[in-house]
Amino acid sequence: MEAEIIYIGLAAAFGIFMAWGIGANDVANAMATSVGSKALTIRQAILVAAVFEFLGAFLAGGEVTSTIRKDIVDVELLSGTPELLIYGMLASLLAAGTWLLIASRNGWPVSTTHSIVGAIVGFAAVGIGIDAVQWGEVATIAMSWVVSPVLAGFIALRIYRSVQRLILSQNDPLACAKRYVPVYIFFAAFTITLVTILKGLKHVGLDLSLAASYLLAVVIAVVIALIGKFAIQRIRPDPKLDKKHHFYTVERVFAVLMVITACSMAFAHGSNDVANAIGPLAAVISVAQSGIVGSKAVLPVWVLLLGGAGIVIGLATFGVHVIATVGRKITQLTPSRGFAAELAAATTIVIASGTGIPISTTHTLVGAVLGVGLARGIAAIDLRVVGRIFMSWVVTIPAGAVLAIIFFFLLRSVLP
Amino acid sequence: MANSVANIFGSSPVMPLEEHVDIAYRCTKQLNGLFKAVIAGDWGEAAEYRNMIETLEHEADDLKKEIRLHLPRSLFMPVPRQDLLELLLVQDKMANRAKDVSGLVLGRKLQIPDAIADDFLEFVKRNVDAAKQARKSVRELDELFVTAFRGAEVSLVESLIEELDQIEADTDSRQADLRSALFAVENSLQPVNVIFLYRVIELTGEIADMAERVGRRLELLLAH
Repeated sequence: MEAEIIYIGLAAAFGIFMAWGIGANDVANAMATSVGSKALTIRQAILVAAVFEFLGAFLAGGEVTSTIRKDIVDVELLSGTPELLIYGMLASLLAAGTWLLIASRNGWPVSTTHSIVGAIVGFAAVGIGIDAVQWGEVATIAMSWVVSPVLAGFIALRIYRSVQRLILSQNDPLACAKRYVPVYIFFAAFTITLVTILKGLKHVGLDLSLAASYLLAVVIAVVIALIGKFAIQRIRPDPKLDKKHHFYTVERVFAVLMVITACSMAFAHGSNDVANAIGPLAAVISVAQSGIVGSKAVLPVWVLLLGGAGIVIGLATFGVHVIATVGRKITQLTPSRGFAAELAAATTIVIASGTGIPISTTHTLVGAVLGVGLARGIAAIDLRVVGRIFMSWVVTIPAGAVLAIIFFFLLRSVLP
Repeated sequence: MANSVANIFGSSPVMPLEEHVDIAYRCTKQLNGLFKAVIAGDWGEAAEYRNMIETLEHEADDLKKEIRLHLPRSLFMPVPRQDLLELLLVQDKMANRAKDVSGLVLGRKLQIPDAIADDFLEFVKRNVDAAKQARKSVRELDELFVTAFRGAEVSLVESLIEELDQIEADTDSRQADLRSALFAVENSLQPVNVIFLYRVIELTGEIADMAERVGRRLELLLAH
């Protein structure tokens, strides 16, 4: 009994710290695009982030959490020694947290997802044995780390090309923007709502049929698109800031759309990244409470709530400043580009969340931005920095693993 | 890790390029006043114009260096980096020519004969017009980047460049006329002064040539 409380207490503390870190640092990457393009003020961004990060974590965070909790390590193998899983998961949280702290201090762009997965694989392979790792699952995750930025880039390129063709290259871009932007709003709202309904409503207690789910998503998306259309119609051209083609006003029309994609992005981020903090916590809780290592145990809802709350607290305490700083640096990503990148990234991430694959939000977003760049949408992208971001993949996984191994052996000798 | 997404954006060269062409144009524009002062024989005022030209030329030079510094090879841009750098270079040359002309006129206290004075002023003005049209064309660069170099905006810039070409052609014919007008009266003038008059006419004409090359460079950007 004593030991259980210590384990759960430690895991909860580490987990909340991790969630706090994600809220403080990581959310900035998801939200700064909207702030930088002036689609949202910093206050609005915080509000949107708080609400939608939480909703994403709570409604759609379950699948990825369960992957982190029990699909990477072969838990059946540990049925005789459940405490090893507890040490390992605690060590993983500590390792990922430590690595993120080191990286943040040095300004290295590392992914929370990569560090936690690296850490879990590390402790399992070395601390328990090579066979303890579900290599098939790990291979799928590793593959998805290559696929997700590429996919997001491709979607972003297609979306931005369609914007070029339908709106920007026309004789009257403003009229075209007013006509087509509500359609984009519909698609953005539809994607996110559908995933929420399909993945989230079950553990809130609602169970809809597939047809009903689609219908509900369409209805909600139409309502949101109509609200957007109303907001757009109130935008009047500004003769002082416009040139012949009214691009200044066109961007303001896109800014309405970007409010929706910002919500999607926050939702997507919450749905995928909350697992990095609470996946290991959930694993510790289920083992410590039952004393057995079972893969059947259900994920307690309060854990998801805790993770969501942790992210929001991180956001409120520290994330505000980070978003403001990052937002000031992103001025090139005007709403017509920013929305394409955000929508592509959010769609990719939400699909991954739905299938339970932990991917990096930052890398996916970078992939999407590159996609817009390939469509000649961005004035200047520094490829050196892009290279550094992707290099940090390679470094983060072994770093997380090595730290987890150290912490694992340390905890095993210290804890009861 | 917080600023990773932010840092992938290099600094955009678009607004600095527009600013640079504006300075270069304002530099050439001083020539109108300078020649008026010279013809009126007011060398004090001419010297003021000369100073203004030097200041603006320096400003353009500094901005040119600044832009180059912020365009490392690792930048991925919608148009080739080299084309942007060459656009910058010809923009800068408009200012350089204005400085050369003013230096020569002031240094030699150049006398402009009354017989060609009006035509001379008009010729200078047309060259400045060419620089102005170059500025107008380059100022569409931000819109070109917004539209990703497609569609209606491209046609707009193409028409601006066409107009620029017409102005340049006009300066060419005026230059020829001015030379023959000078030739008609050159025997009554000081030979050394005449030599430098020809030289100044030639250098001034190069402002429009450089403006036209700004147009060519812009066209190259459109072609990508």
